[in-house]
Amino acid sequence: MYNLIGAGLIVIGGGIGLGQIGGKAMEGIARQPEAAGKIQTAMIIIGALLEGLAFGALILGK
Amino acid sequence: MKISSLRIHFLAVISFLLIGSFASAQEHDVAEHHGGGAVDTQEEITEYTNHHLKDAHDFHLFSYTDAAGERQHVGFSLPVIVWSSNGLVSFMSSEFHHDTDGEVIVEANGSRFVNLHEHIYELEEGAEAVVMDEEHHPINAHKVFDISITKSVFGIILVGLLLLFWFGSLGRQYKKKNIPTGFGRALEPLVIYVRDEIARPNIGEFKYKKYMSFLLTVFFFIWVSNLLGMTPFGFNITGQIAVTVCLALFTFVIVQFSGNKDYWKHIFWMPDVPVIMKIILIPIELLGILTKPFSLLIRLFANITAGHVVVMGLIALTITLREQFGAVGSTGLSLVLTLFISLIEILVAFLQAFIFTMLSALFIGMAVAEHDHHHEHDAEGHEIDDVEDVRESFV
Repeated sequence: MYNLIGAGLIVIGGGIGLGQIGGKAMEGIARQPEAAGKIQTAMIIIGALLEGLAFGALILGK
Repeated sequence: MKISSLRIHFLAVISFLLIGSFASAQEHDVAEHHGGGAVDTQEEITEYTNHHLKDAHDFHLFSYTDAAGERQHVGFSLPVIVWSSNGLVSFMSSEFHHDTDGEVIVEANGSRFVNLHEHIYELEEGAEAVVMDEEHHPINAHKVFDISITKSVFGIILVGLLLLFWFGSLGRQYKKKNIPTGFGRALEPLVIYVRDEIARPNIGEFKYKKYMSFLLTVFFFIWVSNLLGMTPFGFNITGQIAVTVCLALFTFVIVQFSGNKDYWKHIFWMPDVPVIMKIILIPIELLGILTKPFSLLIRLFANITAGHVVVMGLIALTITLREQFGAVGSTGLSLVLTLFISLIEILVAFLQAFIFTMLSALFIGMAVAEHDHHHEHDAEGHEIDDVEDVRESFV
């Protein structure tokens, strides 16, 4: 029961984080379309780091 | 002509995915009738999903119940190789007759073995059947050192041979001329991509070459393994935590052994911070050494596992939604959803290979980076003054 609540919290946190990363990257690309490639790469790396954290928490919590 | 052949390729991929999901769906349809209908469907679906996620000692394609009511399994057996108390023993997994509950006892080389949930146990002297304690641990059998060719090991060998064949022929083609032919034309841009987008920017222009072989190997190994997991053969190589642990261990060892003076200095005596902070930072940095490969292995394992669970869950809709939508409706819904998730999973397969390679390159780059003041060199090897040189000479 509690680990399900924890899993929900992790997903909420991860969702907020991914939303921030994606949104800011979109803004950045809109401001500077010529830097789109670099921004996308950085976005994927940060997204992957966040995902690793969230998955780690989910697996350790299970 | 070109467009039509492209379309045929696209149709081929789509139909392959459809057949894949349909083959797996068939597997589940039969599962419901297993045991005369008196089974808990939800439990059986969970069991099937877990069975798929785990490694297996035989290669199981599908099962059906024939006209006589006998349960028939289609697949092929793989060798079981274990180190028992009587030395090295090997026999084919078909001798277990698809039993994973420890009921079938196989006698080989004077030792008796049972397959208990895909773990091979050796029975003690005089024991006739496996006896469990309250926590479902066998009390009269012990685990053996298992080096069997399991399903995942078989998959790893398959991927290895595929890569050896592809890149061996690609390498031979470069000896004749500069442009590869055939399938090599599809591989060359990927190799260039790993070099120019992953290795060069992260490790640095002067040092990236040494690490290219490792980065290319993990990239293609993870990618092809992930794609093999999307075929109807039911491989789950990168979803085995042992495989990802091993891959992350490679990165860990390479990073530690290529770490230069600055890398270790930044861990044990961080420059440019007060002494008290230096002491506080030591345990944090030491923990950081371990968390980097740990996050690598967890990310790959969890992503692939999650993908497979979602696909299996959507396939299971054929059974769980049958009462609401009917057989055709539920199967159709399941097929469409599985198809789209499979397409996303193909993207994830590439993305995870990319991320693993990218982060490995990033960690290696951190370890080999020159943190102190370094100089750019011009064509003759003379140092070019940069901003700090100008400032120093000015001061």
